[in-house]
Amino acid sequence: MAEVPEHLLKRAAERKAALEAQKAAAAAEAAPATSDADVAASNAEAEKTGKIPAHLLARSAEAKAKAAAGGPDAGAAGASSGGTATATATASPAATGGAAAARTAGVQPGPGLVGPAGHTQRLLTVVKAGSIQDVKATPTDKVNVWPHLLVIEFVACLATLAFLLVFSTFVNAPLLGQANFNLTPNPSKAPWYFLGLQELLTMFHPEVAGVMLPGMGLIGLGMAPYVDKNPSHKPEDRKVAICMFTFFMMFWAILVIIGSIFRGEGQNFVLPWRQGVHAIFDL
Amino acid sequence: MARLFGLGRGGGSASDETKERKTPGERLSEGVTKFQGSQFATSVFRPGSIFRKGYTDSPRNRSYVIMNSVMYHLHPVKVKRHAVKVSYTLCLGGLSFFLFIILTVTGIFLMFFYQPSAANAWGDIRSLQTAVTFGLLVRNMHRWAAHLMVLSVFLHMARVFYHGAYKPPREFNWVIGIILLLLTLLLSFTGYLLPWDQLSLWAVTVGTNMMGYTPVFGSQIQYVLIGGATIGNATLLRWYVLHVLMFPFVIVIFMAVHFWRVRKDGGISGPL
Repeated sequence: MAEVPEHLLKRAAERKAALEAQKAAAAAEAAPATSDADVAASNAEAEKTGKIPAHLLARSAEAKAKAAAGGPDAGAAGASSGGTATATATASPAATGGAAAARTAGVQPGPGLVGPAGHTQRLLTVVKAGSIQDVKATPTDKVNVWPHLLVIEFVACLATLAFLLVFSTFVNAPLLGQANFNLTPNPSKAPWYFLGLQELLTMFHPEVAGVMLPGMGLIGLGMAPYVDKNPSHKPEDRKVAICMFTFFMMFWAILVIIGSIFRGEGQNFVLPWRQGVHAIFDL
Repeated sequence: MARLFGLGRGGGSASDETKERKTPGERLSEGVTKFQGSQFATSVFRPGSIFRKGYTDSPRNRSYVIMNSVMYHLHPVKVKRHAVKVSYTLCLGGLSFFLFIILTVTGIFLMFFYQPSAANAWGDIRSLQTAVTFGLLVRNMHRWAAHLMVLSVFLHMARVFYHGAYKPPREFNWVIGIILLLLTLLLSFTGYLLPWDQLSLWAVTVGTNMMGYTPVFGSQIQYVLIGGATIGNATLLRWYVLHVLMFPFVIVIFMAVHFWRVRKDGGISGPL
């Protein structure tokens, strides 16, 4: 919401007070016809029947009669007695000439109805200059995706494919003997990306290590953007986040490495260079 | 071709001292120029021979290459200059997707030679390695690409975190990314059982035993996962269907949302 300037607020308050005063005066004049109780009663009845409230009909008839009687000065009369909704509505076409007509007819408009320079318009809203004037996008340094980005992506894919082909040519995927339920290999290990969890199993109850910790880890990761409300992208402003994430990654990396190559028979700690590292790719 | 891609280096002005010794780059661009002038190139790459209206390197055509092709789903016509810096993204997200494509292609190849039953599975894999042309190579590629994909997805996540790229407006795409990581792990793990050798059997035994410790529903989860009380034929069939059909289907949907959000949330890299 744009802030409304002080002097405009003041003017609006003044005008509102004037209107209230006029309304009160008009109500006092036509007291028997439109007392507050009558208005409420006719409103309630209109709500029931769906017809126009009686006091409004009476008011419009009165205004009509006044207009017929006043003749060409109707605009001025409407403006001077104005303040009620119907009166200003009927008078609105003449509103532009209202002030001038009032002057020529010698009828003085109410004190709050005319602004500092004789204007009679109302303040509806204040629009900030930036929101309507700043439409031009700031120019950014851009390059065409073709060729600049697509060529990079193509080369990256090609390099990956080449690496994969060469690696697959020289290193075979493991295929041990057929599955045998009666022969449990020692050690039996999960795939390498789950070895961190298997490592935790040596420290915690399986319910904690196998389910709760990884579940909480995943949920915690997913919550990261909603927890980390720091808007900065600069590393120097995000030391805590970076430290925590690095700790998290290192924790898992170390567990995976230990589980992969430092665990021998019976999940006992072994030094890979004592036992040989033949099993690195049997994962 | 280099000029065709708009990447050809401008004619290098070699000074007199280095005129005898040409750099490999100069030799390459000389070769390209020679090729472009040859009879073969002028007939095959004649404007209109491959693309009916020919391709001239103009900003308009550079836009059309993206705008009028399926690439428009992945990239806008233009990106910020710093977004194409390789050292920023290391292409890790794109490479994860590329590895997924490799895995799909090699996986389809493997499906031709594999029956998911305890009696046949291991023998099929062994005869695939020994009797099928390129069978061993394709199986190796499938396995290593799978490990590589797990790795690249992890590294992609780390890269995104260290750049703070999960911050608004990209926070929900980070959540989708975590789901994709989980699906990648599940895809890899379900594939682990399929060779039906000692390694896969016991790795899956360890894994499903762990899942059996889930609070409240542990034993039910384990029962559903292995399709019975113990690992057997039903487990193999179940994990095969999960591996070749269900998880790929689900991951493709999440990938589509992920890529779409990447484009909508401000492009492949960099702050907004």
